[in-house]
Amino acid sequence: MSDTTEKGFDVKGEQGFIYSRLDDIINWVRANSIWPQPMGLACCAIELMAVGGSRFDIGRFGMEVMRFSPRQSDCMIVSGTVTYKMAGAVKRIYDQMAAPKWVIAMGACASSGGMFRSYSTLQGVDKIIPVDVYVAGCPTRPEALLDALVRLQGKIRTEHSTKELFSRSRYC
Amino acid sequence: MPYLKAREAADGMESYNCPPDKLLETAEVLKDDYEFQTLDDIAAIDMGPDRPSGGRFGAVYHFYSHTRKLYLRLCAMCADNEEPKLPSLTGLYLSADWAEREAYDLMGIVFEGHPHLARILMWDGYPYHPLRKDFPLAGLPAPLPDSFDGNYEATEVKPAPMEGGPFKAPQGDSFAEGREPRSRAQI
Repeated sequence: MSDTTEKGFDVKGEQGFIYSRLDDIINWVRANSIWPQPMGLACCAIELMAVGGSRFDIGRFGMEVMRFSPRQSDCMIVSGTVTYKMAGAVKRIYDQMAAPKWVIAMGACASSGGMFRSYSTLQGVDKIIPVDVYVAGCPTRPEALLDALVRLQGKIRTEHSTKELFSRSRYC
Repeated sequence: MPYLKAREAADGMESYNCPPDKLLETAEVLKDDYEFQTLDDIAAIDMGPDRPSGGRFGAVYHFYSHTRKLYLRLCAMCADNEEPKLPSLTGLYLSADWAEREAYDLMGIVFEGHPHLARILMWDGYPYHPLRKDFPLAGLPAPLPDSFDGNYEATEVKPAPMEGGPFKAPQGDSFAEGREPRSRAQI
């Protein structure tokens, strides 16, 4: 075992046990391995790609595993304009994601319809799926999306995960 | 072709007005005899709901000749204002396929002879043609696409909130005021 690990967690001193709350452990696991589902619909998706690239690098926060299958992902990042024609597909992909799942509305269009106040555009993706974090910007800066992801981690750390595991109130 | 009438063009392009029933014939001659190999674009036009019969809907076709390096513009106005129809050019130009579907979708011009005249941007079953002059920018209530049914709470297609818009970007000094009418209250 290396030095750094021994400093962080002393096996001998704790006799091989960690004492914590179950909520904290579950939330710690969930928050640090978010697998995003890139729901790229417009130009915000380009910024999302930049976030995944080496310059901004969401790998620093344990979220670099972008999954294009909804069944393998935790967090849908709706990046772009949601038209009424696309809304059904967005909703269906959200339904296919396994709980627990979170949604980030990235940019003005996904949050409120943005500048597309017109006949074809859904006025905010929160009309069809529950959104956890809204990000401003048109398109969003990569830093802003990183901030949103960190805020989402903060939100996950405050959740009552154990209670929800048994009550099933939130995810049904 | 005597039925073609020269049309004014601000950009100097060679332009003609063409009767809709002669359109197919004209395009065939253009392709076979005048070397216009490609149809670049079809632009549907709506001159407004108060136009006299035959003056409302139409389509502007842009042809290009690769060998002669030359554009040509044809404008055909539909004879009927209520049920605008034009002949389809899909038999001559493959590029007419999606362009005609778009014109049908957004402007409601029916292209007779098109092999698959379905909506291309809006969903199947959408009841309006949204680029017509009498269609409001905010939209009208409409049923959702069939793909949106299911056991969840469906949203509705409803008019978008305009919030004092649509915002315009005029030239000159008063740029910000005209673009954002809400900013006037704060000045």
